[in-house]
This record gives sequence, C-alpha cells and structure tokens, in this order.
Amino acid sequence: MNLSESWRFALRGVSANKTRSALTTLGIIIGVASVIILVAVGTGSAKAVEDSISSLGSNTMTVTPTGTQGGGIAGGGGLAGIASLFGGGGAAKTDTGTKTRNPTLTMEDARALTDTTAAPDVIGVAPVVSGQNIVATYEGASHSVPTFSGSTPAYLGINNDTISAGTAFTDADYESHRRVVLLGSTVAEQLVGQDTTALVGQSVSFNGKAFTVVGILGEKGSTGPLDNDDRVIAPATAVQDTLTGYEDLSSISVKASSSDTTASAQDQVTAILDGRHNTTAATRDFSVFNSATILSAATSSNDTFTVLLGAVAAISLLVGGIGVMNIMLVTVTERTREIGIRKAIGAGKGDIVTQFLLEAVILSLLGGVVGVVLGLIGSQFTIVGVVPIVAPYSVVLAFAVALATGLFFGLYPASRAASLRPIDALRYE
Amino acid sequence: MTTAQRPVIDLTDVTKTYGEGDTVVHALAGVTRRVERGDYVAVMGASGSGKSTLMNIIGCLDSPTAGRYLLDGVDVRHRDDAQLSRIRNRKIGFVFQSFNLIPRTSALSNVELPLAYAGVRAAERRRRALDALTRVGLRDRAGHLPSQLSGGQQQRVAVARAIVTEPVLLLADEPTGALDSHSTAEVLDLFDELSAAGRTLVVITHEDEVAARAKRVLRMRDGVVVEDVRTVAVTDLPPDMGALVEA
Ligand SMILES: Nc1ncnc2c1ncn2[C@@H]1O[C@H](COP(=O)(O)OP(=O)(O)OP(=O)(O)O)[C@@H](O)[C@H]1O
Ligand SMILES: [Mg+2]
Repeated sequence: MNLSESWRFALRGVSANKTRSALTTLGIIIGVASVIILVAVGTGSAKAVEDSISSLGSNTMTVTPTGTQGGGIAGGGGLAGIASLFGGGGAAKTDTGTKTRNPTLTMEDARALTDTTAAPDVIGVAPVVSGQNIVATYEGASHSVPTFSGSTPAYLGINNDTISAGTAFTDADYESHRRVVLLGSTVAEQLVGQDTTALVGQSVSFNGKAFTVVGILGEKGSTGPLDNDDRVIAPATAVQDTLTGYEDLSSISVKASSSDTTASAQDQVTAILDGRHNTTAATRDFSVFNSATILSAATSSNDTFTVLLGAVAAISLLVGGIGVMNIMLVTVTERTREIGIRKAIGAGKGDIVTQFLLEAVILSLLGGVVGVVLGLIGSQFTIVGVVPIVAPYSVVLAFAVALATGLFFGLYPASRAASLRPIDALRYE
Repeated sequence: MTTAQRPVIDLTDVTKTYGEGDTVVHALAGVTRRVERGDYVAVMGASGSGKSTLMNIIGCLDSPTAGRYLLDGVDVRHRDDAQLSRIRNRKIGFVFQSFNLIPRTSALSNVELPLAYAGVRAAERRRRALDALTRVGLRDRAGHLPSQLSGGQQQRVAVARAIVTEPVLLLADEPTGALDSHSTAEVLDLFDELSAAGRTLVVITHEDEVAARAKRVLRMRDGVVVEDVRTVAVTDLPPDMGALVEA
C-alpha cells in the first residue's frame, strides 16, 4: 500500500473524532505558540536593553560607590539605572560595608575628575545625588517619582538627554541653588495629562518643597520594565538643600572624549579616585563601568533569560507530546477491532504502523501549524512592556520539535497497534 | 498437479491445543480433510466443538499446533506476519458474524480496502469495488456508512469486500448469526450465486437451514470431524439452485 493511501486512512482516523483531535492538538498548539512568543519576548527585551544602552553612547561611564551606606546606585538614571537592573558592576558588594564609614564619593571627587592634566581624556563630569521616595504634587495630582536626580547641567550632555519643551537649567541655576526642575514625560503626564508643556513655568512640589518647572525632557522610551521617562532632574545644589542633605553622591557620570579613549579615560578616573581614597584594586570602594561592560552583562543575563523562557515553553511542548501519546494509546485500544479487521483482510504490520504514526503526526502537524500562526499573532502585541521580536530559529525549532514529538510519541502506540494478533484483535469487544 | 485438481484446502492431522498441563484444551484433535475447488462446505457442531478454531487456521489467522496445512497448494506453516497478511489478502475472503465493517467509512471504501492493501491503483480499485457492490445488489448504497445500512445490507457489503480480490476461498463464520430470516435468505442466495459461479465456500453455522444450502456438510464434536455428508457433487449447482433448475 502506498503512502498517500495511509495518509487518507490517517486523516479519516483524525477527523472521525474531531473534538478529541482538537483537544489533543491544543497541547501542541500551546507548546509551539508559547515557545515562539516567549523567545520573542526574550529577544525583544534584549534588543530594547541593547538599544537603550547604545543610545547612551559608547563613551559614557558611571562611577558608583561600593561598600557604603546611602543611595548606592539605585535611581541614578542613565547608565547607573540600567546597571541596577542587572545588578552589574560592584553593586553586589554593598552588603559588606559598615554603616559608619565615610561617604566614598563626594563633590570633591567629582571636581577632581575635571582636572584636565590628570584626566586628559575626560571631557565631561557630572556628580549625581539621588532623592529617595520622592512624591511630586501639583494641583491635587500626585505621582511617586522613582528616579529623582540632582546634578549639573553637564549631566544632560553626558547622558544624551534632550529638552522637548522649555529650557535646561543652567550653571547659574546650579551655582545659585535655584529650585528648578526638568520633568520626564511620564512624570509630567501623571501630573497634568497630555498637555505637558503647560507645566513649564509652574511650581511643582516634591515632598513639600516647591520647584519651578523649567523644561520637559525628551522621551527615551523604556528599557524592559524600566520607564526611562519616569524621572526628574534638578540642580544637585538645590536637591541637597531640600531633599537629600549634603552626604555622599550616588554616582558620578563621566564622558570620555571619544569611544576610542573610553578605556584610557576609565583608567585615569580610577587612578585619580584611588589616589584620593587611598585604595588599590583589592580595597577599592568604588567601581567604574562603561556602557560596553554593561551591555555585555545585560546581553549575557538576557541570554539566560531567553533560554529559561524557551525551556519553560519546551516543557509545555513535551507535555503536549505526551498528550498525543495518551490519546493515541486510547485510540489504539478503542480501535482494536478495526485493527483486527484490517489485518485479517491483508494489512501488514507496516501498513498499521504507518497509519497510526501518521495520525499522530497529523495531530502534531496541525498543532504545529496553528501554534506557529498563534505564536506569530501573539508576538504582535506588546507583552509586559516588551515589544516581542520573533526569532526565526524559534519558529523552525518549535515546528520541528512538534513534528518530532508526534513521531516519537506516536511510535509506541503505533507499534502496539501493529503487533496485535488479528484473532485477538477480532475477538476484542 | 494442475490447478483444477489441486484442493483449495488440504488439512493433514491438524491439531490445536490451548494452555498446558491441567488446563490444556484440545480445540482441534487431529483433523484430516480436503476441500476441492468449487465446493460449498458447511461446518456444523455444538458450541465449543472447535469450528472457529478450524476457521482461524484455515483462514491463516492462527497457526496449528501440529499437522500440515496446504492452502491452494501452498504450505502456510512457518510464515511470518507479513507473509500471512499477504496470503490472507490474496487467497481468502472473510465474512464474520458481526459484519466487521470499518466504522465511519463508506461501503465503497470498505470494499476497496483489501485492494488498497494489495496495492491496486485507485481508479482500478474503484471500478472493481463498484463491480463487487453491484454483484451483491448494493451499488446504489456505495456512499453509505455502515451505520446507515441494515444488518443484512452490512453483511452483503462484507461479502462484496470478501469477493473483491477474487480469492480462491470464501470463509464465513456464522454469517447469518446476527440476521433476521429475510436478510439470511438474501445472504444465502448470494452464496448460491457465488458457488454457481465456481467459487469455493466454507461456511460455519449452527443453523440447519444454512447447512441445507451447502453441497457438503461437516459435523464436528470435541475437535474432530465426526460426520462428512455430501448432498451434491462439487461440479453441480448448489442444492437450492439445482432444485430450481429441475423444477
Ligand atoms: N484463545 C483460547 N484460549 C484457550 N482456549 C480456547 C481459546 N480459543 C478457543 N478455546 C477453546 O477451544 C475450544 C473450541 O473453541 P471454538 O471457539 O473453536 O468453538 P466453536 O465451535 O467455534 O464454538 P461456538 O459455536 O460457540 O463459536 C473451546 O473449548 C474453547 O474454550
Ligand atoms: Mg465459534
């Protein structure tokens, strides 16, 4: 008997019990679709992180204190904000410090980095202080600001920040401790809705301290779950006066003259701070990392993330395969008599194996096709803030695995059907 | 030996035992018998006398414990599963008490099935299956499913399926056991026609009415043939048809 004949028998077998076939297929559908969607989410979030890190430019770096009390690197904005997502740099050492030690990064440290002879490759330095648990209120509306940074005007240039409305604050604002702020678009929208420009010139209070809005920051989008527009930037002097006190800095943003000089600038920064802190590589109480090192940390942690998502999805595919086997075993038992008849009138072992194997393959093929379609449709939606990017390999892989699952899990029921003796099968009620 | 002389069934001291030790059952206790081409044999006997066991061995569905069995001159001992499948497909047509059509599959597809397993091409298969359905008077029911046919009609489809490959032997186990008298008559008339056309039939039955239509009647008891009565010669028409012609 030829294969197309077996296909017809198998198709008839599958369509004979449509509800059951559909339910069996469901397991494969869910498995295939989830492999595609979850891998797409993983790929999409990796891409988003890479994009936002590279948008910072390859010549920026961040100095964060390690082993101290205070804000640590949390909420530093820019690189430090992303770094905190991955626990990158030396942040892991935070717990080991004692609460009694002096702040490790000070305004003087930041000032020292501007020394053009000791650090010839550094073209921009911005000290950053972070306000914690800041709530903004404006005419009855209030919004809790996750990232509240106090810095110098240079900060904006270092982090490629733009102003979409109003103006940036100036060195004069900084020097005279003027209470002015730049609002991220998310913060502005939370306070006044869509018409954010109306806020420029208005007074917004932060934990009860009034600041005048001088500008709205250009949108930066989000990095995975981190909304880069949910932040506020103000002169560090005013922030220290009102919200944080004159303690340590949470970080220092540094810009090298070009991407080629980033490494040497990093060495110069490290040397200056080592000199000031009296530390060596072993005792260092700060760490310097640039976007390249964060990128590689982010990429590797994202790869792990994607593999984990894929593994979870693969398990659901396996479960779907076991569902196919289960139903095929039931089918074989149910159709024992039919198998007996077929064998009595001349079906060989091979014919029966082929028929039942094909039934299993048709089920998983069907599940594979529908699963791919659903997976591709599902990947069009934004999922937990991530725009999924379909990885072609995941589609091919999921489909191939679905097919292999059908073959593998169909083999046992099929061979059991084929090895039934016709007289036993015919006697079966 | 020429084809005409070669018996379709040639059993020599065939035995079949089930179980062993205390529980051993001699389902067949030494059967030696021949059935010539064109004969129409009824096998009778009490329940448990070994009729079905005999049919399973003749039909190559089971192998004897001892003894020799030639089907159409071919020794079928020591054949593997695939070879037995092929022998059944080419040489034997089965009719069962419970019809045994494949459910949810049209009459035509059921009749085509043995041809499909024989590797006959679709168009040819269809033509021959329709021919067979025409012979059992069910051509107009070709597209019906078994569930849409009466018991008698289902059994006639089963007969069509059994003869579609032109087998040397038509083997029926209680073919009328599940039928009313009208359907029984239809099926028996069909058997008469097939016999008249030169086909070899072996029919296992409980009913005297069925046995009376055969040319020869075997009676079994405790796994042996205890009586072998011929009513008409192998080459003659079956009794009912012969009577009709004489009348
Ligand atoms: N698979 C088996 N295992 C054990 N004993 C069996 C088996 N098949 C048949 N037998 C026994 O062999 C004997 C003959 O059985 P068989 O089915 O041939 O009888 P039968 O003449 O067809 O009876 P009936 O008219 O009821 O169909 C019985 O005693 C039966 O119990
Ligand atoms: Mg019986």
